[in-house]
Amino acid sequence: MNTSQLFALAPWVVLIPVIALLINLIVSGRLGEKFAGILASSAAALSFVVSILLAIALGSDPMGSTISLGTWINIGNLSIDWAFRVDTLSVMMMLVVSGVGTLIHIYSIAYMHADVRLNGDLKRYTRFFVFMNLFIASMMLLVSADNFLMMFVGWEGVGLCSYLLIGFWFEKGKDGTANAAAGKKAFITNRIGDFGFLVAIFLIYWNFGSLQFDKVFSMAPMVATAMPGAALAITLFMLLGVTGKSAQLPLHVWLPDAMAGPTPVSALIHAATMVTAGVYLVARSAPIFSQVPGGQTAVTWVGTITALFAATIALGQNDIKKVLAYSTISQIGYMVAAVGMGAYVAAMFHLITHAFFKGLLFLAAGSVIQAVERGEEAAHSEEIDPQDMRQMGGLRKRLPLTFWTYLIGGLSLAAIAPLAGFFSKDEIVAYASANHAAVFWILLIAAFFTALYVGRQISMVFLGSPRSKAAGHATESSPTITVPLVILAVLAAFGGVLNLPGLQWLETWLAHTFGTVAPSQFVWLVALGSLALGLVGLAIGWLIYGRTPVKVGKPDPLKKPLGFIFTGMQNKWFVDEIYNFLIITPFNALAQFFAGPIDLGSIDRVANGLASGTQAVAGGIRKFENGFVRSYAFWMLLGLAAIMTYFILR
Amino acid sequence: MNLGSTPLIWVTFFPLAGVLIILFLKPEWKKAIRWTALITSLAVFGLSVWVLALFNAANPDAQLGVNQAWFTLGGNQISFHLGVDGLSILLLLLTTLLSPIAILSTWKAIEEKVKGFMIFFLLLEVGLVGVFLALDMVLFYIFWEFTLVPMYFLIGLWGAERRIYATLKFFLYTMAGSLLMLAGILFVGLKYGGFDLTTLTSTANIPLTVQMWLFVAFGLAFAIKVPVWPLHSWLPDAHTEAPTAGSVILAGVLLKMGTYGFLRFNLPLFPQATIQAAPYVAALGIVGILYAAMVAYRQQDVKRLVAYSSIAHLGFVMLGLFALDQLSVEGAILQMVNHGLSTGALFLIIGFIYERRHTHQMDAFGGLWKVMPVMGSLALVVTLSSAGLPGLNGFVGEFNILVGAFGSKALGSPWFAGVATLGVILAAVYLLHMFQRVFLGPVTHEENLKLKDMSLREIIVLVPILILIFWIGIAPQTFLNLIAPAVEKLLSVVSAAGLALV
Repeated sequence: MNTSQLFALAPWVVLIPVIALLINLIVSGRLGEKFAGILASSAAALSFVVSILLAIALGSDPMGSTISLGTWINIGNLSIDWAFRVDTLSVMMMLVVSGVGTLIHIYSIAYMHADVRLNGDLKRYTRFFVFMNLFIASMMLLVSADNFLMMFVGWEGVGLCSYLLIGFWFEKGKDGTANAAAGKKAFITNRIGDFGFLVAIFLIYWNFGSLQFDKVFSMAPMVATAMPGAALAITLFMLLGVTGKSAQLPLHVWLPDAMAGPTPVSALIHAATMVTAGVYLVARSAPIFSQVPGGQTAVTWVGTITALFAATIALGQNDIKKVLAYSTISQIGYMVAAVGMGAYVAAMFHLITHAFFKGLLFLAAGSVIQAVERGEEAAHSEEIDPQDMRQMGGLRKRLPLTFWTYLIGGLSLAAIAPLAGFFSKDEIVAYASANHAAVFWILLIAAFFTALYVGRQISMVFLGSPRSKAAGHATESSPTITVPLVILAVLAAFGGVLNLPGLQWLETWLAHTFGTVAPSQFVWLVALGSLALGLVGLAIGWLIYGRTPVKVGKPDPLKKPLGFIFTGMQNKWFVDEIYNFLIITPFNALAQFFAGPIDLGSIDRVANGLASGTQAVAGGIRKFENGFVRSYAFWMLLGLAAIMTYFILR
Repeated sequence: MNLGSTPLIWVTFFPLAGVLIILFLKPEWKKAIRWTALITSLAVFGLSVWVLALFNAANPDAQLGVNQAWFTLGGNQISFHLGVDGLSILLLLLTTLLSPIAILSTWKAIEEKVKGFMIFFLLLEVGLVGVFLALDMVLFYIFWEFTLVPMYFLIGLWGAERRIYATLKFFLYTMAGSLLMLAGILFVGLKYGGFDLTTLTSTANIPLTVQMWLFVAFGLAFAIKVPVWPLHSWLPDAHTEAPTAGSVILAGVLLKMGTYGFLRFNLPLFPQATIQAAPYVAALGIVGILYAAMVAYRQQDVKRLVAYSSIAHLGFVMLGLFALDQLSVEGAILQMVNHGLSTGALFLIIGFIYERRHTHQMDAFGGLWKVMPVMGSLALVVTLSSAGLPGLNGFVGEFNILVGAFGSKALGSPWFAGVATLGVILAAVYLLHMFQRVFLGPVTHEENLKLKDMSLREIIVLVPILILIFWIGIAPQTFLNLIAPAVEKLLSVVSAAGLALV
């Protein structure tokens, strides 16, 4: 096939998972779990194959192509197609989404087999894979869209899948409603961000006259000069969208709650792919952002502050998934800071390696959780929270494969050379060191916290001796689970070659989309300094938590030296409580005020009074029962009409 | 007159054939009565598809006209004038589609006085179709008032406990508005050259101050029907007490008489007043969007919740109409249809649940997705359609309304659309709240554990709506192409009058 034939395959990255999910819906589990799981995984894998074919085509024709399937909306000047954009940036994202997605699908075949049995509803197995395929389709739509509105379809689509999968066990959680509530919280918080994205789209349409990427981007310099206010507004409203989808301050609050979803969901949606959509949005819109320094600064600072803020919280958590959730918020903060500074390649590089090591960490955490659950059953122990790290310990010996892969993921996250995370994070930090001193220092401190919580987590989970019966009886997971772990561990270890200093493959690849980019730097002092910082952080984490394991009911060893600061970390700096106090409670009260005193108490009363008084209504009821009301109303109508006509025409 | 060439007569009055047959059926032959009504309404839908096939989308004017002199009033001719154009074609199809759906939904729900119910229902369809096709003001008024009577009885005889209060409120409220409109119609007709809408729009040159008064007279009648905040308080009661099929038609079609009235009368007949009033009417629409969304969120009765959501959704339509932009007006017309589909479907689902549990209180539900997986899944799609999820129908309407209003010259400020867009967040708040309380969480009532999932009939009732939800969401051009030329023409009339203002 020639390149244009290959490019024409682009819509299939979306259509294949859609077809698979429709088949799964129709079959609805009648052919068994294997069928559903394998079909869905094959669909993800086929999408990956198509993405590879697109990448091959781009290899010979790096300018790419746009494939239109037809008109979506066409009114007046507004013309929006279902059009797929094939360029080096979109295909890079496709590869990440479908590649990591395929591994997580395969992992889920085994994970969900156990999960539906634990939660007691076997029928929901198929539903899980329908939602997962829907997610792949939506995410592929998001990254392959050729205009802002189609991107918005994917943008809200992934939000929907997130909602559905967080609340997958919608009758479970605290009081039986916690999971459902977490899903709702995620959707509504995302909608606040989507409001920003929508307003940005309105602004783009009225200032650029189009929503198609090429048209908008080619006009960006002109519009930014002629209407700087509008351009700034566009970037700031987009940033609101970014904070929602990518869980950045101040809209990060939904992501930790999202951990209520099954662990493969956390890995795929809430770590590797969906939450990086905001980073992709800014990178995609680079031609606009690079014209608006004010917008760039705002993006940079949101990312920078989030990176540190979330890293401190991660240090105070005892739930294995919550640590990773805050870690994700923090790491995306690095990416957002990078795109804000204009280091688009570095951001994308970190996005890729993060997908590898964070996907790995979540999947390995899932392996740990199910191992503890199995141990709980085997030991007939009292019920414990299988995600509580204080109940673990010593799992290194019981789960060797999970341990080694987790260790690789953790060290990659802590940016230890020569693992993938080291190179990608170093690129961001090095860029900041040359351009934004304050950002550089904050990111460095965040990196120290990162290493610290990684050291703490690995010590608490894997080192020492088991602190519960369940942990003592935990058993290693099946190959369907461990093989994806091993593959991801290899990627998390060696993914750095993608943009190795000196080679810079990714940079060359993405330059076709971003145009000439500032070449990435490798500063030995920064690299060695941050590496040393990482090692120190890990060591401190091990020294504190490896030697004196935290047990349930005992205070955390950091509580004493850090005091109220640690209390803040443990309680997520009370952001949820503040939002409750400042937003949710007043909103509920206002809504109640409208529903009660205003609507029923005033508007309805006045209306009834005007209509002819409550007595008349009561009288009308009697007449109704005598069958008089029709004639009454009729004569009323005729009489009044006659009178009014008379007065008007007099 | 050759009957074969007058499809509009057929589509308007064919339900009477069904009424005639049902009149001769014994009240206890419920099955025969139901089938007669269903087949009649399906035939009407078929006739409306015939109208669609004959309809020329490129022509912005009224088509397939029937125009017969009727009687004279004060020297002015009143005609039996029917016609269909881009402003009415979709509403015609919506009416004829929702009627058989609503009738089929009553199979188990209406057991008492089936004969009367079906007769009133078919009569109602005559009135509704007539309203959307009438091109003579007096004829329009006759159809308009005619819809009141069957609706009045549908609520009053087959409603819930407080049905008498609700139906009287509905009746008196809308009647009050109608009287003003009647006065307006007579004034325009007698003073400004006749009652025919097609000639009036080109010849009537009404002075601005008079336009303002007439705008208010007509506008109040329509605003009550929509309903525009703060004239909405009849709607929650009417919905709560109405039987399911009544709610479906009430929300799906009856409210559109109001928005359609603005489109058919206020915009073309009083264009200068329209331009002057646009920001104020749009503001009322926006208040409705935000206010009704918040009130909806605090309801305990799921039917009341959806009733308030109607007010919010129609606030979007009002904003779209009075932004007077090609995008926003086309979006508003499409949104009328979208609201009919998604809210109609919501009421159907609520009705299905009611038939099983005999309550609308959300306290009585919870966890129903687990008990009824098919119903939960379909309810989810409908809820998301109502919440404006992209890819489904509601989004296309809302987006066009908002993007049009954002740059609207008539409103003159992006703030209108900006604030209205907050409604998109609030819609998610109350709709997901509803979905959670009904379908998610654990099953808290023992009697809910044994509920049967949807029957084949119930699925058939919803399928046409679901198809359209996806169709309009993914390929709305099929529908937008039908309305674009007529909207273009209407807006050129308005903006030409606007130029005269300056």
